[in-house]
Formats: sequence, structure tokens, C-alpha cells
Amino acid sequence: MALKMVKGSIDRMFDKNLQDLVRGIRNHKEDEAKYISQCIDEIKQELKQDNIAVKANAVCKLTYLQMLGYDISWAAFNIIEVMSASKFTFKRIGYLAASQCFHEGTDVIMLTTNQIRKDLSSPNQYDTGVALTGLSCFVTPDLARDLANDIMTLMSHTKPYIRKKAVLIMYKVFLKYPESLRPAFPRLKEKLEDPDPGVQSAAVNVICELARRNPKNYLSLAPLFFKLMTSSTNNWVLIKIIKLFGALTPLEPRLGKKLIEPLTNLIHSTSAMSLLYECVNTVICVFFFSQLCVQKLRILIEDSDQNLKYLGLLAMSKILKTHPKSVQSHKDLILQCLDDKDESIRLRALDLLYGMVSKKNLMEIVKKLMIHVDKAEGTTYRDELLTKIIDICSQSNYQYITNFEWYISILVELTRLEGTRHGCERIILSKTNQTLEAMLRPKVTTLPGHIQAVYVQNMVKLYASILQQKEQAGEKEAAQEITQLMIERLPQFVQSADLEVQERASCILQLIKYIQKLQAKEVPVAEEVIALFAGELNPVAPKAQKKVPVPEGLDLDAWINEPPSDSESEDEKPKTIFHEEEQRHSRHRQPEIDEEELARRREARKQEQANNPFYIKSSPSPQKRYQDTPGVEHIPVVQIDLSVPLKVPGMPMSDQYVKLEEERRHKQKLEKDKKKKKQKKEKRGKHHRHNSLHTESEEDIAPAHHVDIITEEMPENALPSDEDDKDPNDPYKALDIDLDKPLADSEKLPVQRHRNVETLKSPDSEVPLVEKKSKKPKKKEKKHKDKERDKGKKKEKEKKVVEEEEDEVKKVILQDLHYFSSCCYLLLSSFCCLGTVTYDIQGNLQHDSQVTVSVIFENKSTSFLKSMELNVLDSLNTKMLRPEGSSVHDGIPVPFQLPPGISNEAQFVFTLQSIVMAQKLKGTLSFIVKDDEGSTHEKLDFKLHFSCASYLITTPCYSDAFAKLLESGDLHMSSIKVDGISISFQHLLAKICFHHHFSVVERVDSCASMYSRSIQGHHVCLLVKKGENSVSIDGKCNDSTLLSNLLDEMKETLSKC
Amino acid sequence: MHLQLSREINSVRSVKESEDTQQQIIRETFHLVSKRDENVCNFLEGGLLIGGSDNKLIYRHYATLYFVFCVDSSESELGILDLIQVFVETLDKCFENVCELDLIFHVDKVHNILAEMVMGGMVLETNMNEIVTQIDAQNKLEKSEAGLAGAPARAVSAVKNMNLPEIPRNINIGDISIKVPNLPTFK
Repeated sequence: MALKMVKGSIDRMFDKNLQDLVRGIRNHKEDEAKYISQCIDEIKQELKQDNIAVKANAVCKLTYLQMLGYDISWAAFNIIEVMSASKFTFKRIGYLAASQCFHEGTDVIMLTTNQIRKDLSSPNQYDTGVALTGLSCFVTPDLARDLANDIMTLMSHTKPYIRKKAVLIMYKVFLKYPESLRPAFPRLKEKLEDPDPGVQSAAVNVICELARRNPKNYLSLAPLFFKLMTSSTNNWVLIKIIKLFGALTPLEPRLGKKLIEPLTNLIHSTSAMSLLYECVNTVICVFFFSQLCVQKLRILIEDSDQNLKYLGLLAMSKILKTHPKSVQSHKDLILQCLDDKDESIRLRALDLLYGMVSKKNLMEIVKKLMIHVDKAEGTTYRDELLTKIIDICSQSNYQYITNFEWYISILVELTRLEGTRHGCERIILSKTNQTLEAMLRPKVTTLPGHIQAVYVQNMVKLYASILQQKEQAGEKEAAQEITQLMIERLPQFVQSADLEVQERASCILQLIKYIQKLQAKEVPVAEEVIALFAGELNPVAPKAQKKVPVPEGLDLDAWINEPPSDSESEDEKPKTIFHEEEQRHSRHRQPEIDEEELARRREARKQEQANNPFYIKSSPSPQKRYQDTPGVEHIPVVQIDLSVPLKVPGMPMSDQYVKLEEERRHKQKLEKDKKKKKQKKEKRGKHHRHNSLHTESEEDIAPAHHVDIITEEMPENALPSDEDDKDPNDPYKALDIDLDKPLADSEKLPVQRHRNVETLKSPDSEVPLVEKKSKKPKKKEKKHKDKERDKGKKKEKEKKVVEEEEDEVKKVILQDLHYFSSCCYLLLSSFCCLGTVTYDIQGNLQHDSQVTVSVIFENKSTSFLKSMELNVLDSLNTKMLRPEGSSVHDGIPVPFQLPPGISNEAQFVFTLQSIVMAQKLKGTLSFIVKDDEGSTHEKLDFKLHFSCASYLITTPCYSDAFAKLLESGDLHMSSIKVDGISISFQHLLAKICFHHHFSVVERVDSCASMYSRSIQGHHVCLLVKKGENSVSIDGKCNDSTLLSNLLDEMKETLSKC
Repeated sequence: MHLQLSREINSVRSVKESEDTQQQIIRETFHLVSKRDENVCNFLEGGLLIGGSDNKLIYRHYATLYFVFCVDSSESELGILDLIQVFVETLDKCFENVCELDLIFHVDKVHNILAEMVMGGMVLETNMNEIVTQIDAQNKLEKSEAGLAGAPARAVSAVKNMNLPEIPRNINIGDISIKVPNLPTFK
């Protein structure tokens, strides 16, 4: 046997290894593809071997091939085999391959869950390390959910090497499984103060990354980071923290003052350029802005080091957002940077220009840019320039443009440039025949679809206005000619691949055909055509569609018609009506059609055209003849000669406009001096609608024409919302989670045995009133925070305590049951149809004799509720914590009033002496109801129920610690048995976890051990066994009364199953 | 010589692209980077190619090699330049006076070293000594696992390497002439 193995390994010894493969590829430069396909065949053979070393070698080679661009996903299963090898050498190869080629779509990835879990708990730290590294590259939502708990355990591993990797990978887990953020956050925060600098750095890294997306949730960490900033010596960490403060300070301006000193210290003491730059950057952008800083940046930009110059410009662009004026004074320097030989620097400078324009300098800047367009070499840079010119001009709805004729001439100049993508977009104001012809040129079909769509629409507007001109001038011939031209050229748009263009074009084509008929009868039509465009069509706001609420009963996902079968839909082509013109001007022409075929088709087409009434056989237009030339198909669309400038009569070139404009301004100034009383100049040029937007100050320049600058239109019933800016697909949005709120018991990471999340959540459906915890209203949270900050440090401390609390929730329904929202807080009382009160009891880890009761008051009436006061009849054991100096009979005022429809939450602290018994407290809520008719004083009685389970805090426990605990022998024992249980064991455990705050330690078949801890430190261990139709629970606890009470409560829960 | 680019880009991107897209990114990045002059800045805005304006390319040029990192705005530009320096110095230590052929023939090792620095697109460790310690420990583990069985394989690879002019490190023939006389002693 051993001999056979040795023989096998000697055979395989001469297999190619990675080095041989690389060498081979380098030696086969000419027939690389062939050589590699040979190698892949060999690799496939090797993968069939049983020897894991051979497989690993093959996978190693595959990883290299993947790097060269070969798809290796077919070997995914083999990669998993290598990953599960026992030797680290092979394992590493496997994980490397996986990290290179696995992604969310890889179906075998779910097979890795157990392997990864095994590796994570491996005694060899490098096995764990390599698994974490690999996982960080291919973690999926499923893997994240299943492994979150394991990784969280590793965050407290003894080896810093593992800790830092575990901390860092948590960020990936959060992204894929946002629910894990809150349970894991306390531990992550702990790691900020880890003794190992590497772990600390990883924790800072993760939190900074999280905070960058949702800074407001991390404000409470500011003191901690402040401490780190003054104590850390690691430049990486410092840079991250300083960047984080840059994001936090706008939310909490008082931070700025505190930060000035440490930041200045850093600036003076550090030798690292990177740290220095980040300090300066944060200082100028956020804290105390001054002209001096901009001067400093100027020095940076003038530096000979190109990197500093780049960064200087970058910092400048940040200032631009807040203080555009001070940047504007450095226009000279920035324009100078436009001439830099470095493209990156030029692009930065361009960005800055965008924010610097004003009515005064727009023409000058654009003129300068036009020169650059002519000089630009690379197409990317030139495209960027063009986009920027148009962006600059069109920003804030053409706010800075004073002379639209000038702008159009600029646009026309831009369209002359070959390969422009943007130029043609907005020629909507010119009204000449030539423009129409230019627009109808086939070249247009090379433009992207959305531009074509705009184009087609504008074409008809032009057509309408020309038609009117001609008719008024009595030139019927000319009018008919123009109609013909339209009919000839429109089909090219009808054939467009873009649906929008197609639709618009075919509508218009039909319309124009109709007009032609009318024209033939010598009926004047122009007025009617013009009337088509008489109504003002404001641009529709991009979000308008989203804001229209879906009408009731309309299901947007439902099919209007049953979808046709596949075969049908494949054959269906959208433009069959125009099939006779299919080949014409089509951009999707197949290139390999031979001459003969072409000739045949041409003949066929001629025949068709002869019979087609829509083809006019002879035309006075020169373009027409050109189009009918038989060889038209050989002329690639792009080759159409564009060197002939598109002359627009009556349109001087842009440079002339600049001169004109200068003269005009000069004249204006003179006039203004003459007649100081006269504020506005008379309108010049064409008549446009006047807009009151133009209220000019002295410095402003009167526009040459008044043009409507229209705000975007919203549908009438659009809903106002603030969520606009957020991209629904933004993965970081899910991480916008309030971290200061105490954890609820339902929020815990799924434990190994509980793979089935659905069962965990199922109590929602079964017990409708006891639901999963929903988010508390954010407003209130914020309010609380602010208040507490105001009250100074003492309160700050208290707040921390609150943060670290673990939730304990028990719900009781006392009176009315008509509370049906998904809130998990349990109904306490509903006051005479006026509103509802729900509460939630939380154990406090820090104080072994306190629980916090959070009460949500919701006003469902139309009256105003105020002067609410909550009072409880204290028992010997349980007392409400009242402010000092007040007697036991005083109520605690609720710190807010409730307008109709509003809910808010208040917290009350109770002290307890013993927790071994469940408690019930009687209480009253008094309040004043105020409405139009006056105000009445009302009272409401309720009972607060503190169950024993509400004193328990879900605490994870590991099997070895659990075993030790059981062995220790100082626990009391008790047991119960419940019959008639029909639900699954899984479900049953979930129920115990959910309602009684236990966590599963271990589960074997239908037997499980569970653990929990009370706020006073009692250990509670359970052994749950499921029989045929019954469940027996053996419990062990330090306190026998607590145990028996707990078991009784459990019995009650289970008997409801 | 743009093979190294692959990993950097791959590991920094959170979304995995198909092999074709990866290759396209690498090609275009190489194209962008290689045509830049020597004394221009080390930052490049790749635009849509590398996932939007928040991302930029930061590179360093060593002889025939480009080390390109693609980062978003949460990273410090100068910091990343330092990180590249750390990476190169670490390679130099691990390969003992690194040259480009080392990187070509031992891509797997390069990946392993990088994995100790950057994990899932996030910077893991910036301290060179720490990285080298971990790499050394892993190499030791690897050797101990190979044990006796690994010996013949190593011998074979030594023999394979001897025959070819393209041995890592120095390509000059002087090197080989030193190794060849060693052979007779085996006989």
C-alpha cells in the first residue's frame, strides 16, 4: 500500500507544476491559446486523480490560468475538495483559487459552509487565517448569516493574528447580512481598545468604513476616537480617524473646537506627508475655514511635486462646495493647471472650473475650454472636456447663461467635432430649414438612443415652425417639399433599435403622412400643427414616476395579457410593418453579405420601392438623389463627410458673440449710469416669455434674452419624500442602523444549529401580538441624544450605560386588543379609543437590581394629549426610580406632549430587590385631553407585569464552559414535562429562545442544551428533550425558586403550542 | 508585464466581474498607466471602468513593473503610495532581492503575501515586520508538512530549473555556468 503511494507520487512528480506552466506559456508565445487548452486537458486528467497533492497542483495552475482570463468555474467542486484538504499547504491553494473564482452565483458555494466553519475553529491559526482571507473575497448573504456567529467568536480569539482578521471580515459580513451589525457592534467597539495595534487598526478600519456611509449613527463613538487619536502612534489608524472626524464634525459642530488642538499638534509633530496632508485637508474643509488655508493650498498646487499638486486641487474642490467665492479668486492658477501635461491634474482643474463659473466669467472660461478642445489629443480627455462645457453651461438650469444665441453657437461648434456624444442634445431654439436638414442626416442614427429620441421630437417642432413660415409666405411648393423630406427621412428612425425613438418616430411619420394628404388638397395645416406644441411641456422631474403613489388595486407586477409562449415571442419583431425598409440605413447590417446577394436584394428593394406609395421617386432635394444611389449600403454611416461646417445662417460664431457680449455689457453699463432709476434693460432680440426669476442685483448682468428657466414638473399627486437621494440598491443603506439602541432579544446572530431562519421568525405569524422588534422612532432617539449631550458629562456616562444594556422584553396585553401594528412593544393599555400605550422591559447588565421599562405612547385620537404623568404603586420588592426629593406617591411626568397621530417613547427605571419571583405592579396614567371644545382630565389604570424571563439576558455559552458549569454541582435542579406538543423541535427551541431569552449551547437530534443568565448573575441551564408528543425540560439554576418560576412560565408558553 | 495588476484590482473590488471584464479592466488600466510619463502624479481617475468617480487608481512604477491599486475615497492617497512601498519592500524581503521573474514564476506566493496585507479589499496590516513574520511562519509550516515526501519533488524541480535559461533571478549565463559544474558531483 505504502509502496503504491510512493510509486504514485513518483509518477506524478513529473507533472507540470506552476513554474512549468508559466515557463511553457512563455515559450509558446505564438500558439498560446493552443498550448493552454492542452494544459487544461492535462489539468482535467490530474483533477480525476485521488491524490490530493496532484489535485492541489492542478488547482494551483488553474488559479494562474484564471488570472490570464480563462474561466475556471467548471472546477469549482475540485477547488472545494482542495480547500478541505487537511494540510495547510493544499488548503491555502484551495482558498486562493476560491477567492479568485467564487462569486455569489457559484452554486457549489453553499457546500463550503461546514468546511469553513471547521477551518475557523481549527487549532492551527493559519488554517483559520486562510479561511478568513478566502471568505472575505467570496462571502455571500447565506454564508454571512450562517457564519456570523462563528466569526464573532473569533473576534475574541487569543491570537491577535486571528482577531484582526475576524474583526476586518466583519465588515463584509455586515454588508451581506445587515442584521448582524447590531449584535456584533458592542464587541467591535471593544476591539477599538485591543492591546494589539493590528487588531485596533482593523477595528478602526471597519468602523470608519461603516461611519463613512452613515456617520450620524456613530457620533456616540466620538469620545473613544478622540482618545485613540491622542494616544495612537500608528499613522494608518490616525489617518482613518481624522477622516472619520471629517465626516462627523458637520453633524456635531462642537467637535470641531475640541479637535483643533490635537490636530495642530499632529501637524507640527508628524513627519509623514500622508498624515500631514490628511490633517490639513480635514482642518480646512471642516473645522475653521479661512482664506489663509486656501493660500496654503495654493502653495501646494504650485509645488513641483505632481502628487501634491493633484492633492491640492482635490482639497480645493472640497472647499469649493462650501466656499466657492474664495476658490474663485484663484482662477488664474486653476486655468494654468489646465495646461499641465498631466491628464489627472487637468481633469481635477476642470472639476474645479465647474463650480467657479458665474454670469460674468462664463463666456471667458468656455472660450478657454474651447481652445483646449481643439488641442486635446486623447478622446477620453476631449469627451470629458465636452461634457464639462455642457455641464458648466447648463448647471442650475442654465442659470449663468445670459446670451442663448452665444450658447447655441457653442453647441453648433461642438457638433462639428467628430465623435461627439453630447453636442447635438439641445439645439432646440434655432429655427432654420438648414438645421432641419442637418438633423435628418443619417449620421444621426449613430447617436445613442436617448439623444435620438430628443432629436426626433425637436425635429417635428422645427418642422411645424417652418411649415408655418412657408404657409404664411404663401410658398405652398416649399411647404410640400419639406413634408416630403420628412417622410423620406423619418423611416430611418422608425427602424431604430431604441424603443423610445421608434415610438416617437412612427407616431410622427403617420402624422406627417396625414399632413401631406391635407397639403395635397391645399388645406392650410400649419396652424393646427403649431397648435400641437402650443401647450407647455415642462421637463418631468426624473423622480416623478417614483413619486406617484400606486393606485389601489393596481398590481404593477401582474401581467396585462398572459405572456405569450417562448417560441412566439422569439419570432415577434417590433417593426414588421416596415419590413420592406429593413436593410436601409440599418446600423445592424451584417458585414459579410457577398456582392451577389447584395445586388439581388437591391433589385428586390427597388421593386418594392417602386410599388411603395411612401417612396417618392424623384425629388428636388439633392440629398434625396444621394440616398437613392444604388451603392448606398456601402457607405458606412460614419463616413458621411462632416468637414463641411454646419452653417447656421444668421448665427455668428461663438467668438463673435463674446465680442458682442462685451459691447453689450459696456453699453448696458453706460445706460445704467445714465439712467440709474431704470433697473432693467428693455428686452432685446426675440420675444420670449418673461420670467420673474431674473431679479438682478447691481453686479449681475442682464441677460440678452429672457428665457424661461423652468423647474421640473411633478405629477399632481406626487408624494413628498426625503428618500430621493438614496439609491434603493445602495448596499450601504441597509447598514443605516441605529447602534445606540439597546439590543433586543430577537436580535442575535443565528447560532450554528439554527440554520432555518424562517422558523426563528415564525412567532410573528403565530402570535400576532407578540412580534419581532421593530425600530423605534428615530426622531425620539435623536432628541434623547441631544438632550443628554446638553446636560454634560454626567449624563454622557449614563447614556453609555444605557447603550450597553441588553434587552429584555416581555409582553403583556392588559386591556384593549385592537392594537395591531407590527410593533413588538406590548400593549399596556389603550385609553378609551384615544390611543395606545405599549411597553417593553429591559434588564440592565450594569445594575443587577434595575430594569428599564420603555413605554411607547401613541395618540390615535384627534385631540391633543398633554401633561401625562405615570405613577406606579410600588411594592416592597419593586419600586419605580423617582427623582430625588419626590415622595413615593408622586408620578413621573412624561417628558413630551402628544399631538394627534404622533407616538413617542419614554423610559422609566425600576429597582428590584429580588428577581426570583414574577411581579405585578398597579399603576395609573393621568393626562389632559385637549380639543376644540376644551380640555378634560383623564385617568387610566394599568398593570405592569414583570415575568421572570424578563430578568434573563440572552448570553451565549460554549459547550465546554457549559459542561464545567454543570459539573460544579452548586446548581439546584427541577424539571417539567409538557404533553401534546405538535410543533417541530427546531420551532420549539426557537420559541424558548425567543420568549425566555435562552441560547442553544448544543443540539443533538431531538435533545438540546440551553443557557441563559439573569441580571443578578444566576446561571440557568436547561436540557430539553422531545419525545413523541411531549417535551421534558430539566433545568439547573443557582436559585431554586427562580428556576421553578421560570419553568412554570415555560410550561405556559409551551402548552399554548 | 501586467499580470500583477490582476490581484490588486480583484481584491479591492467588492463585486466580482466575469473573467472577460476582469481582463478588460486589466488591459485598459495597463494601457492608461503605461502611457503616462515618468514625472507626472501617481493618481489616475479611471471613471466608469473601475466603478465610478469615487474610485481612483494609485500606482507606482518600479523598473518594468507597475503596482496599481484601485481605491475609493475612504483611503488616503499618499497612504496608499506608502502601502505600495511596503508591499514592494515585503516582496523584496520574502524573495530576497526580488526581480520581476520571481513574481512571474511565483504568482501564488505573491498572492499569499498580498493576502497578509490586504484582505477582501481592506488594508489588514501595514507593518512589514509583522507581515514577514507571518509569511515565514507559514512557509515553515508548509515545509514541515511536505516532510520527506516533498524532498523528491523539490529535487525534481531543481533539476527542471537547471535546464532552462529562464531561471528566476539573473538571466545571465554566468549563473548557469556556475550551476552546471555542480552536476558531476552527483554522479
